[in-house]
Amino acid sequence: MATKVTSAVMREGLSVLGVAIRAEWAVFTAAVLSSAVYGGMTVASAWALGWAAENAVLPAFAQGRAAAGALWTGVLLILGTALLKAIGIAGRRIWAGTMQYNMQARSRREVTRQYLRLPLAWHHRHPTGQLLSNASSDAEAAWAPLAPLPMAVGVIVMLLVAAVAMVVTDPVLALVGFLIFPAIAVLNLVYQRRLSPLATRAQQLRAEVSEIAHESFDGALVVKTLGREEEETERFRRRAHELRDANIAVGRVRGLFDPLLEALPTLGVLVVLAVGAHRLAGGSISSGELVQVAYLFTLLAFPIRALGWVLAELPRSVVGWRRVRQVLEATGSMEYGQARLQGDGAAALEVKELSYAYGEDPERLVLREVGFEVPAGRTVALVGPTGSGKSTLVQTLVRLVDPLAGQVRLDGVDLREIAYGGIAESVALVPQQTFLFDDTVRGNVTLGLPVDDQEVWAALRLAQADGFVSRLPQGLDTRVGERGATLSGGQRQRLALARAVVRRPRLLILDDATSSVDPQVEARILQGLRGESATVVLVAYRMATIALADEVIYLEHGRVVDRGTHEQLLARCQGYRNLVTAYEREEAERAAVEAGEGVSA
Amino acid sequence: MSQVVEGTRISRNAEGSALGTVRRGLALTPEFRKGLLGTLALAVAATAGKIIVPIAVQQTIDTGLQSATPDLAYISRAVGLCAVAVLVTMLAGYAMNVRLYRATESSLATLRVRGFRHVHDLSVLTQNTERRGALVSRVTGDVDQISTFMQWGGLMIIVACGQVLVATVLMLVYSWQLTLLVWGCFLPLVIALPRFQRWLSSAYTTVRERTGDMLAAVSESVVGAAVIRAYGSERRTGERIDAAIEANRRAQIRAQKIVATVFPLTEVVAAVAISGIVLLGVHLGLGGHITAGRLVAFLFLITLFVSPLQIATEVLNEAQNAVAGWRRVLGVLDTPPDVADPGQDGVELPRGPISVAFEDVTFAYPGGEPVLKEVTVTVPPRTRVAVVGETGSGKTTFAKLLTRLMDPVSGRVTVDGVDLRRVCFSSLRERIVMVPQDGFLFDGTLADNIRYGKPGATDEEITLALTELGLADWLEGLPDGLETKVGQRGESLSAGERQLVALARAYLADPDLLLLDEATSAVDPATEVRLARALEGVTRGRTAITIAHRLSTAENADEVLVFDAGRLVQRGPHAELVRQDGVYADLHASWVSAART
Ligand SMILES: Nc1ncnc2c1ncn2[C@@H]1O[C@H](COP(=O)(O)OP(=O)(O)OP(=O)(O)O)[C@@H](O)[C@H]1O
Ligand SMILES: Nc1ncnc2c1ncn2[C@@H]1O[C@H](COP(=O)(O)OP(=O)(O)OP(=O)(O)O)[C@@H](O)[C@H]1O
Ligand SMILES: [Mg+2]
Ligand SMILES: [Mg+2]
Repeated sequence: MATKVTSAVMREGLSVLGVAIRAEWAVFTAAVLSSAVYGGMTVASAWALGWAAENAVLPAFAQGRAAAGALWTGVLLILGTALLKAIGIAGRRIWAGTMQYNMQARSRREVTRQYLRLPLAWHHRHPTGQLLSNASSDAEAAWAPLAPLPMAVGVIVMLLVAAVAMVVTDPVLALVGFLIFPAIAVLNLVYQRRLSPLATRAQQLRAEVSEIAHESFDGALVVKTLGREEEETERFRRRAHELRDANIAVGRVRGLFDPLLEALPTLGVLVVLAVGAHRLAGGSISSGELVQVAYLFTLLAFPIRALGWVLAELPRSVVGWRRVRQVLEATGSMEYGQARLQGDGAAALEVKELSYAYGEDPERLVLREVGFEVPAGRTVALVGPTGSGKSTLVQTLVRLVDPLAGQVRLDGVDLREIAYGGIAESVALVPQQTFLFDDTVRGNVTLGLPVDDQEVWAALRLAQADGFVSRLPQGLDTRVGERGATLSGGQRQRLALARAVVRRPRLLILDDATSSVDPQVEARILQGLRGESATVVLVAYRMATIALADEVIYLEHGRVVDRGTHEQLLARCQGYRNLVTAYEREEAERAAVEAGEGVSA
Repeated sequence: MSQVVEGTRISRNAEGSALGTVRRGLALTPEFRKGLLGTLALAVAATAGKIIVPIAVQQTIDTGLQSATPDLAYISRAVGLCAVAVLVTMLAGYAMNVRLYRATESSLATLRVRGFRHVHDLSVLTQNTERRGALVSRVTGDVDQISTFMQWGGLMIIVACGQVLVATVLMLVYSWQLTLLVWGCFLPLVIALPRFQRWLSSAYTTVRERTGDMLAAVSESVVGAAVIRAYGSERRTGERIDAAIEANRRAQIRAQKIVATVFPLTEVVAAVAISGIVLLGVHLGLGGHITAGRLVAFLFLITLFVSPLQIATEVLNEAQNAVAGWRRVLGVLDTPPDVADPGQDGVELPRGPISVAFEDVTFAYPGGEPVLKEVTVTVPPRTRVAVVGETGSGKTTFAKLLTRLMDPVSGRVTVDGVDLRRVCFSSLRERIVMVPQDGFLFDGTLADNIRYGKPGATDEEITLALTELGLADWLEGLPDGLETKVGQRGESLSAGERQLVALARAYLADPDLLLLDEATSAVDPATEVRLARALEGVTRGRTAITIAHRLSTAENADEVLVFDAGRLVQRGPHAELVRQDGVYADLHASWVSAART
């Protein structure tokens, strides 16, 4: 997305600055005042030096005797102005920084709040890398111009003062100034216009390089096991070289304009000297006045570039702000009702005519008019081939996503009418894909729920995780690493299970939550679960697990094909039979083949 | 048996002095030195211009105007000369910039790529000692930090030094006593600079760490979105993120405060110096050692002396950042790959049936107890082996040692009689391929991901591979077929589908030993059986090792290895093991009751 520096972008950039100024007006005012102090003292310190020379030094030489009073006044003036100037600089930098970092932090808070608030369906539509960069580099870019902003505002004041001073001193010399300074401004503008699309592209590539590195390091195990290090490096290198070329393109523009911008004020001084010398010869000004104007020019040469810095950051800022805004303004947020779930003990679940699609295309339904009900305290098994929509269905049961059509009712209440936080109080889902936080075992089990260690241990025991947790070096306080990297697959899954049961949910949903657990442990876990008074929905393939269920719902291609007891389905549903008896048939066939071989031998 | 091994961690920062770090950093990147002489020549011109022009202008004002009658001829001559110098400086600056940008960007790109490659050369365990995000920034943000210094700061230091030098010479011409005074005022500042630098350095290290924490916290809200919602822990996560953002903000402001106070110190010191000059100058003047004109000129000269020092404090910041960046990149490059590729000296194994042996192998994760203990086992060529055992018994660890993702703490693993440590990686990875427990997919299409097993494979080959695996029906069921987008980490596929793709990817790689670590744990039984049968057909003549909790695999294997608490407790064919009293019989009994009730 190459942003041209059009006046529209500039206007938008200024309005972004306006947002920050309104939000942090006190800090901004302090920064600008400091900047003004700095500007004023810059001129004043030159004046103080002149005063000391004229009133203390020269008279002393003329009279051959130092006038202590004048001398010390001069010294005090010099020290005083310098001190104020230093304070001005420090204040400007501190407050400008404070403003910038406050705004960054604010945007980050707002953006992440939005991440936590927006429905999962929204997350499905946005790549992780993009969301991370919205919160990090975009929030950073949006407020980058705030750092030089107070200085730039100060410079504008300084320029006005200087302009007045020059006009008063000599209108002709002032004319030179009125030519040079606008020239610098125009040059700056041309500079930014040339630079910004290149800079935006470099920024984009920087994000892409980062994304590649992220993904590649994330998949390090695959890269290693297939020995694809060279190919990965090549993939990274290609993008890194594109970034290099983009940066060089930026550099070429910078390399041209930076020396130009640096040279212009110096040339200005030279023009002032040349013109001034003639004015001097003509007697229109004094040499002191000429020196003063020349001095003003050199003084302004550096700060005036602060204007350029602000302008330089504006396009990037606009792009960053737009991307932050996209998150902040994202709609489709989940609406919550007011209903509270009454009662304790197992909850009743009802699914009616439920349909769901991941993409925008409603033709590609992943779930089609799914309906079933689970009376309180019963256990239902969801069975279906790979990709038939079980995990998707389960997500709608805890309202991670809202269905396209149809509804889910808990104790007769539509999930959409339940108040915020109400579902999580009553329902716990153990997802198919275990996710552990980079936190302690305790933190991962409680997730902030106020429960004591005894309850945590009880939950761990039920999930058959107490054994290995007690053997961990710091027990409950052991950190499990990013995504739980220091645990075995089955151990991770059992922690996730404990996380669910510690909440004593009224509806427990297990999405293939024991796939990495060996059958013995699974049997014990299931036994433990039987004791809990909860309605259970479980996705499973193993017969023992299915046998726990009062009813089985068999899905295929997102449709309920049949439902009934395990025996009923075995008897009448061919797809189901095929699926759950696969191992047995396999063994039978093998036995037959072996028997056949035995006979022929 | 309770030796504790220290694993290799990634050095947070390379050791050594700042200068040494810069030198090493530059030495790593030949691009920077290429054509450096030409760039330097231009730099000398541009720098000389930058040093001389302000002084010349100052002198013009001084000599041309400070005298009683302005010397017009002198002024026009001087102005003309200055203008020429400015233009030459500008042109030299442009040419130098272009070369410098090219050289630095090329060299930084090389540094990035080398760092990236080195991360992949590190063992998985070493990689896991650092958060992904931090690892990424070592080859991205940390490298970016170097560029500003290389393209601007480094040169500014030279310019500043030159200006200080010329200004000192000029001042000496006017008065050595006053020059001494000026230096006497600034010397403490120059001496104190390294200390400021250390402060800044620690402040910015904190900022970087807090930024890392913040990014990690933010990423949890995105990556863990489903769990957070399912458990209603939005508030707690929000608080954790807020705390991280706030800590980051505080660290930034603290660093900013240090910079903001250090930077204007030069102003104050300059004022002290000027005051000193006024006082001492008048005193000297009364003694007849200096004239009034010279004293006034000297007062103006001092600005030439101060401004480069101001720039120097500013550059200090950049230099500081750059050195920190270099340190972090070098920190990666300095970390020795503890599971190293023997490379050229390594043994190339010819393709063909493969045998594996573990000889008294013990392994412990860094800082932990041994999780595999004295395992000795031989897998003859062309056998199909099943590895079973309770969760946490060490099966995945066994697989990782066999594929040399890690090296044993003691004992050795051999392939065809050759120590794994002596086999070069290219040969090893071609012959032994593992499908890990969680099938990671790259963001792209189905075809891209399967092709990852064999770069250059055509769509026909991919379709054929899927057909051979008995997955043709599944492929046909996908609306976009091979062009189906799998999403980040493969999250737009179902868990089972993800495993199918990971398996097809390994299958296409066509290894002599295929190692499946619960590679079909989420696939439905019918598909799994079909897959197993297909694999059996095509792996005949190869060695196959399968780790699975579904014991159907074990029943069909030539040999079963049973692990318990890190030890290999039983081995033999299924039929034999079920008859023995032991771990396997128990496992199998519960499997039978689980699968067939
Ligand atoms: N985030 C997503 N975006 C787009 N499509 C998706 C997404 N997640 C799943 N799908 C598709 O929806 C279908 C159902 O997926 P789901 O995960 O519900 O299957 P499942 O029954 O749980 O399968 P498994 O047994 O493999 O876990 C699959 O075809 C899958 O490719
Ligand atoms: N990176 C690691 N750092 C420290 N300890 C680890 C690490 N990975 C695994 N472990 C520990 O080593 C032991 C063996 O783990 P391993 O992954 O080999 O088990 P497994 O037999 O594959 O179990 P599962 O069936 O659950 O996958 C476990 O106790 C586990 O906690
Ligand atoms: Mg699923
Ligand atoms: Mg494992």
